[in-house]
Amino acid sequence: MYTSIESLVALTQERGHPLWQVVLEEEMALSGAGRDQVLEGLAQRYRVMEASAHRALEEALPTAGNLITGLSKTHHAYASNPNSLCGPFLNRVMAMALSGSEVNASMGKICAAPTAGSCGILPAVLVGLRERDNLTLEQVLEGLLVAGGIGAVITRNATVAGAEGGCQAECGVAAAMAGAAAVHLQGGTTLQVVSAVSLALMNAMGLVCDPVAGLVQVPCAQRNASQAVNALLSADLALGGMVSIIPADQVIDSMYQVGKLLPGQLRETAQGGIAATAQGKRIYNQLFHPEALE
Amino acid sequence: MEISLFDVLGPVMIGPSSSHTAGAAKLARAARQIVGEPFFHVDFALHGSFAETYKGHGTDRALLAGVLGLWEDDERLRDSFELAREAGLGFSFLPEDLGDVHENTVRMTFYLGEQGELATAPTQVIQGSSLGGGRILVTRIGGFDTGITLEAPTIVVMQKDLPGVISSVTAAVAACGVNIGTMRVSRTARGKLACCVLETDTPVGDSLIAEIRVLPHIIHAQAVSMGGEEDHHVHQH
Repeated sequence: MYTSIESLVALTQERGHPLWQVVLEEEMALSGAGRDQVLEGLAQRYRVMEASAHRALEEALPTAGNLITGLSKTHHAYASNPNSLCGPFLNRVMAMALSGSEVNASMGKICAAPTAGSCGILPAVLVGLRERDNLTLEQVLEGLLVAGGIGAVITRNATVAGAEGGCQAECGVAAAMAGAAAVHLQGGTTLQVVSAVSLALMNAMGLVCDPVAGLVQVPCAQRNASQAVNALLSADLALGGMVSIIPADQVIDSMYQVGKLLPGQLRETAQGGIAATAQGKRIYNQLFHPEALE
Repeated sequence: MEISLFDVLGPVMIGPSSSHTAGAAKLARAARQIVGEPFFHVDFALHGSFAETYKGHGTDRALLAGVLGLWEDDERLRDSFELAREAGLGFSFLPEDLGDVHENTVRMTFYLGEQGELATAPTQVIQGSSLGGGRILVTRIGGFDTGITLEAPTIVVMQKDLPGVISSVTAAVAACGVNIGTMRVSRTARGKLACCVLETDTPVGDSLIAEIRVLPHIIHAQAVSMGGEEDHHVHQH
């Protein structure tokens, strides 16, 4: 059984199995389910993820107040521009992350990974890589296992709730999970997977949860796009040889400690940050207290 | 690792919020099962954050979907107002301060019968909270305080508060080979009515519930199960 990144890595060495396989074995031990049953369950989750990453690319979906309606479609149209700064691949990943957020806000079906507010990130990275490299479903599921194992450790030892840890705990953790999966799908080593986790979390450290009008839309959708890119750049830094000088377990703990230090206004209460701007408050009143407006 | 991958990579749900949408739908679906008989109208009293933001998060549509028996990942959830009208189910949503309770709390008043007048119909009142991440707590059934998470299959029994009634229920459960994990009894006043909640390790069949219902001094018995993945697929087809 693993209870930390360190013990997960130790199990891969003891068993001589890749990380995804250890995570699969541990899930089978925990649930009593067979290998095929676990993989079929993951495949079902992946199909929901893939559908949510694609759905809003072509169709603007209605959302409460329409704060993010059409963002994915607009960015998808831009993504094919060969002169864009980040290039077609990254821009398509961003559009797919926006799609997940838009589907979620429109009361569509999503897979919380780890949460509904961060549901665009892991699908965008997995689907983006699958499309680019023609990966098989089996390969993608290995990536999902890597992401799930990392997410389980963070859920156990820290938090993935925005109300507890801020956006770093939702979108930051999703980026760490997706970055780990991306390293694996690129053929990286276990050490590189772990480095990507540390780097992605460091890059998101302190990110606050400040949703305008309390809705899971702004800046959540934008953070899904930016944290999907964080996942990929952290993966690339790790694959390029950057080793985190702080062990992943200590980074995870520091993320948790930072979350606890955040004042309540910056933990999903819509009382601080972007939510507390004049325009943010105006949108809140328009939607929920129109009588308060002149 | 004691945390399942399916808790991290999930739930699969209708957005936008696991607490305000998925949890609300689940809570209402639980209430529908606890009531266990036809109803023609439901009043929803929304407290705290539910009262404040229910429109933005579709909490109202989720609650209504739940009392209609829809699951938390059913895309028809967003059309629940229309579905309720088609089904002839009346409903109302009103913000209300329910006192010192969890931020995301709702009190659901079910008006029982196939149809009737709101003023004269018998009612059943269920109150509960959505705790986040899709987890729920049913805190009141009728006049009784409860603390039901529905993470395990649950039997809710209303009975006269007399000696031997509880043991007759547990004996019936044991005779079916079902193990009781936890049990909690609450009552209105000594010798009057009691509510007994049993959590079991495995789901119980209709025959056991029918057996409990005809035991002496039993007023009502109902099995409640939020179902696992397997039941879910059956339900979807």
